[in-house]
Amino acid sequence: MSRGPDSPHDRRVLADRVLERTGVDVARCYQCGKCSAGCPLAADMDFPPSQIMHLLQLADFPEFAELALRSHTIWLCLTCELCFCRCPMELDIPKLMDALRYESRAQKKVNPKARDIIAFHRAFLDSVRYTGRLFEMGQVVDYKLRSGHFLQDMLQAPWMFFAGKLHLLPERVRDRRLLKRMFAKTLKAKESRP
Amino acid sequence: MKTGFYPGCSMKGSAREYSESLLAVARLLGRELPEVPDWNCCGATAAHNLDRDLALALPARILAAAEKAGMDEVLVPCAACYSRLSVTRHELLEDDALRARISGLIEADYRGTARVINILEWLAGVDGLEGLIKTPFARKVACYYGCLLVRPAGIVKFDRPEEPQSMDRLMKRIGAEPLDWAFKTECCGAGFSVSRTDLVARLSGLILEDAVSRGAEAVIVACPMCHLNLDLRRPNIEKSSHKKIAIPVIYVTQAIGLALGIAPKKLGLQRHKVAVKFAAAPSSGTLKDADPSAGISKSGEV
Ligand code: SF4
Ligand code: SF4
Repeated sequence: MSRGPDSPHDRRVLADRVLERTGVDVARCYQCGKCSAGCPLAADMDFPPSQIMHLLQLADFPEFAELALRSHTIWLCLTCELCFCRCPMELDIPKLMDALRYESRAQKKVNPKARDIIAFHRAFLDSVRYTGRLFEMGQVVDYKLRSGHFLQDMLQAPWMFFAGKLHLLPERVRDRRLLKRMFAKTLKAKESRP
Repeated sequence: MKTGFYPGCSMKGSAREYSESLLAVARLLGRELPEVPDWNCCGATAAHNLDRDLALALPARILAAAEKAGMDEVLVPCAACYSRLSVTRHELLEDDALRARISGLIEADYRGTARVINILEWLAGVDGLEGLIKTPFARKVACYYGCLLVRPAGIVKFDRPEEPQSMDRLMKRIGAEPLDWAFKTECCGAGFSVSRTDLVARLSGLILEDAVSRGAEAVIVACPMCHLNLDLRRPNIEKSSHKKIAIPVIYVTQAIGLALGIAPKKLGLQRHKVAVKFAAAPSSGTLKDADPSAGISKSGEV
């Protein structure tokens, strides 16, 4: 049975695990709402950032922490760093969002609405794993296959190709073996964990 | 002082005109910018959204390679890459155990000797720019910094996080008139360009509309991702805001290049989706040797 840092068998409450991993202490948030007021995507989120903080503060009710892990918010957060910049308590909310994303994936609680966003991230990293660099043409094709949105961006591709922006062949890093080892010990290791 | 250059993936592909214009300007200024040897992708949003160790290891490998090549600082013109490299350096220098673990992953000893600098820092350090100007870039411009050049303030320690001035100062040096406007550091939608184009269209639309309403003739950017969203995504923006928005989006290095008298084609102005209809001086009309409306925008309607 796995007891790694993202393990569902870690019995501590989510707020404590987050504090240990990111140094962000949600208890210090006094719900002023400045983060949500400035967040460019607050209106699109199921819980704006200050509410995510609140959900984690209610440690006696694990079902609230669960809502944060299953939220669309954590995947919509753009890491624009505006909330962190304005928070009077200097709470690093984007870093907390990263930690919630890792836990949400590890516990298989990813919000279904985040499917496209994650498909895009996966396609991106696949390109990096094989070539060491982002191969934009390859990535767009890979994302289309993963997300099922075939036509959406293919319409842009011919123009980009003619403007000399898209290459047909990837640029590659020389030491690709090292890159593969790095992926094997990080992302891949976690994804293959039971 | 040896300055290395980290182009990052987009400057080799969709933002190649940023790289072309930077290198053209550097050549004219007599500055050498050797690439970081065998650099890899910084992992961008994807890595830090999915795996912390990978998100630190990818930039650490780049920085370690720069150190090994004896570079004292690394110029990272892409604001998104700049953020990933700066955050990584900050986190690894603060935590020795983490630095040791990440050094293990990249199979090299990362020490943190090479500083990470952005394009505005690098350009601010260029003396004598004024003396080299051929045609002042006499245009009203909206300087768009985006999020990551200035935030998080405690990590990047660069300019002001909400009302930055460095790009405005630079534009004044080449004869432009930077405007006061409200969206200097608002987010354009960043890495959602492909996966959530709807959100990018809305956020980027607000930025462009404010710039236009203030009378700007161009939006100046210092990031391939911002450029992609504000320029290449223009059809999506126009559809979402139900209006035609013609304002061009120009890299800071292209504006400087024009003022220095470098040919528009060498600066890659013909590669933009939204036609750049002027060279440098207001009277000069359309670009002669690189009319972007020839071929490019037509095939854009495919
Ligand atoms: S700005 Fe900071 S203190 Fe205020 S609600 Fe947001 S996280 Fe809490
Ligand atoms: S970092 Fe995320 S939560 Fe914070 S303001 Fe930006 S999008 Fe909103």
